[in-house]
Amino acid sequence: MISVPVNYYIILSAILFTIGVTGVLIRRNALIIFMSIELMLNASNLAIVAFSSAIKSFSGQIFVFFVIAVAAAEVAVGLALIVEIFKSKRSIDVDQMSSLKG
Amino acid sequence: MHLSETVNIGFFFLAPWLVFFPVIGLLINMIFGHRFSETVIGIVASLASGAAFVVSVLLAWSVAAGGGEAMSVPFAQWIHIGALNLDWTFRVDSLSATMMLVVSGVGTLIHIYAIGYMHEDVRFKNDVGRFQRFFIFLNLFIAAMMILVSGDSYMMLFVGWEGVGLCSFLLIGFWYEMDTLGRSSWANSNAAKKAFIVNRVGDFGFLIAGFIMFYAFGSFQFDEVFKQVHNIAPATIVAITLFMLVGVAGKSAQLPLYVWLPDAMAGPTPVSALIHAATMVTAGVYLVTRSAPLYSAVPQAQNIVAMVGAVTALFAATIAAGQYDIKKVLAYSTISQLGFMVAAVGMGAYVAGMFHLITHAFFKALLFLSAGSVILGMERGHHHLAHAHGHDDHKTKQKFKKGKHAESKEEHHEEEHGEVFDPGDMRNMGGLRKTMPVTFWLYMIGTLALAGIFPFAGFWSKDEILLDAAKAYPVAYYLLAVAAFFTAFYMGRQIWMVFFGEARHAAAAHAEESPRVMTVPLMVLAALSVLGGALNLPGVHTLTNWLEHTVTLVEHEGQVASWLDVSWGGLNPYVALLSTVLALLAIYFSWLIYGRNPLKAGQIDPLKKPLGAIFTGMENKWYVDEIYQAIILTPYTKISYFLADVIDWKFWHDFVHETVIAGTYNWISNIALNDYADQKGIDAFANWLGTATQSFSATLRKVQNGFVRSYALSVLLGVVFIIGYLILK
Repeated sequence: MISVPVNYYIILSAILFTIGVTGVLIRRNALIIFMSIELMLNASNLAIVAFSSAIKSFSGQIFVFFVIAVAAAEVAVGLALIVEIFKSKRSIDVDQMSSLKG
Repeated sequence: MHLSETVNIGFFFLAPWLVFFPVIGLLINMIFGHRFSETVIGIVASLASGAAFVVSVLLAWSVAAGGGEAMSVPFAQWIHIGALNLDWTFRVDSLSATMMLVVSGVGTLIHIYAIGYMHEDVRFKNDVGRFQRFFIFLNLFIAAMMILVSGDSYMMLFVGWEGVGLCSFLLIGFWYEMDTLGRSSWANSNAAKKAFIVNRVGDFGFLIAGFIMFYAFGSFQFDEVFKQVHNIAPATIVAITLFMLVGVAGKSAQLPLYVWLPDAMAGPTPVSALIHAATMVTAGVYLVTRSAPLYSAVPQAQNIVAMVGAVTALFAATIAAGQYDIKKVLAYSTISQLGFMVAAVGMGAYVAGMFHLITHAFFKALLFLSAGSVILGMERGHHHLAHAHGHDDHKTKQKFKKGKHAESKEEHHEEEHGEVFDPGDMRNMGGLRKTMPVTFWLYMIGTLALAGIFPFAGFWSKDEILLDAAKAYPVAYYLLAVAAFFTAFYMGRQIWMVFFGEARHAAAAHAEESPRVMTVPLMVLAALSVLGGALNLPGVHTLTNWLEHTVTLVEHEGQVASWLDVSWGGLNPYVALLSTVLALLAIYFSWLIYGRNPLKAGQIDPLKKPLGAIFTGMENKWYVDEIYQAIILTPYTKISYFLADVIDWKFWHDFVHETVIAGTYNWISNIALNDYADQKGIDAFANWLGTATQSFSATLRKVQNGFVRSYALSVLLGVVFIIGYLILK
């Protein structure tokens, strides 16, 4: 069985994370930003699982479960917020959510 | 032995109740008085005073039972500072017990009389509040007088002395918003102020005497002071006694401070009787008697006291003969009689002085209260008249009616322009013998007692003074004898003018007798005026033996013998005969002038023609008030104005305060502080601080642009930075 070297996972994870960060920074649609955040979370999950398998420890995998659960909760809260914002602003463009600027 | 010891304890413990009873009475009237009727207020006050009288009787009995020994009843600590130990201790001895009896006895009778009098006073318009206040003041007076006579130190005496002065002030100005006839004016309150201020001059003397005394003797306590009389330089004692004489002259209305007493007649008549005739004004005589050891040690001071008294006696008697107001005559008579007492105690005849004090309290209270009865009788007559003619619309009659029931200011004002009926003016009286028989007889008794006719009380006491004067002080004797002549003359004049002849005013013709509540106390006083002489009959010397326990002398070379001579003397037939003849002669003269041809309405005084300027002088009180006005009051007012206007306002306020101090301050503030330190220093720094913060914030706020993504970028950069740092470390 050819095992994929851990470096590959890490590189993939870094690519995914960078895509996520770039998405958060350059997109203005709140939903897309949200998806980018999910991408970053899953990139880190992938890195953790990869390391966990490389050092033969389950704790990383259990940790990832927690991350996924928290991410699900976060999605629930985040989507609810976005819906509420859309209701009041009729838009989910984050650049328009600047009423607290100095 | 055992029995006498128990008797010795006696009722001395009751002494504080002398003060408590009147105070309780006044508190009851003060707190509940507004719910009481007039009668209840009067009864409460009279009972309080009567209870004090009962205590006085018990105390006097205890002193007598204890063989005349003085007793100290400590009551409360007052001031204890350094060497000064002042306590409120009651001193009960024969002298203070005598004073207590006179004050509370005469006081109670006058309380009862006042129930009737105050109700009838024209100025009293059924205002129960006033009635209540009057009896509160009367009870307060009794309490203060009791403190005065029962104190065992000069300072306790002074407390009472000031207390009675306050009551005198309050009661002279009792109808403070009107004059004696009920017109709106400040005359009564001015009289009250005059009394208070003149007394202040006397109190100043008393206080100075007290200070010197404490400096020299180290104590105010009577026994402590008298014990040391020998060790103190006579000059110091002379100073003390003479300053004390100033106090005596103020309180007992002697020359030159007597001027307040005639004006004090502005108070209600019971007040004139109680405070300004029978009790308070005799406080000076009591003070000298109490200080007998001091005065006896310095004959120089005694001479002065005796001469002040004798001159006052004559001076005031001459004025009394020229007065028209029934109460003014009695006021000057009081001054004159106080002169007799002061002269007596001054020459060392303490017992004679005290004797005259007691009898005078009886007959002068009787005279004043009878005069009050006469005035009310005149008012009733006037009232009757006003009502009888009330139906027709005649202008003057209408005015009379208004005089009675003046309610509003306008009426008062209107009234001032018209002629006002004065019920106290003897020229309006005449013939009251028929309309007021009871008062007439009472007045007769008082007059005979005052004139010194045998066997009335005044004869014995005045004769004792004259006798002592004849032996020791011939000059004083002549003065007093002439004064006694004048006394009989002005009293005769008063009797003829008031009670005999024809009514000179319609009101006198319709005068009515006073009610029982007023006449019964008068009858008691009349009985005392008749029998009072029995207190110290020649040869029996009840009062002398009684007072001997207290008024003892400090042995002083060459003094004892003559003093004993003077004071314990018997009845000298020549002196007695002479004074009686003088009195009868004076009454005969007064009959010749006023009785044989009674005054007609509007007629000027028959004495005026033969005496001319002299009578004008007597009529105008020898212009003493005017002289005081010219030499004291006017310059005083001018100096006050000068001090207030020029010194205080123009110099201190306008120049020193406004120009120098405030000006300099403002200048310094403006130039130095305001311009440089404040505006250019502190202010500029504070402003810079503000601007700097503002511009710094303006720069910083640009960071908060509201774009979520730029915040996210900052977070990313921060994380990259931290992680980079951790890796490259």
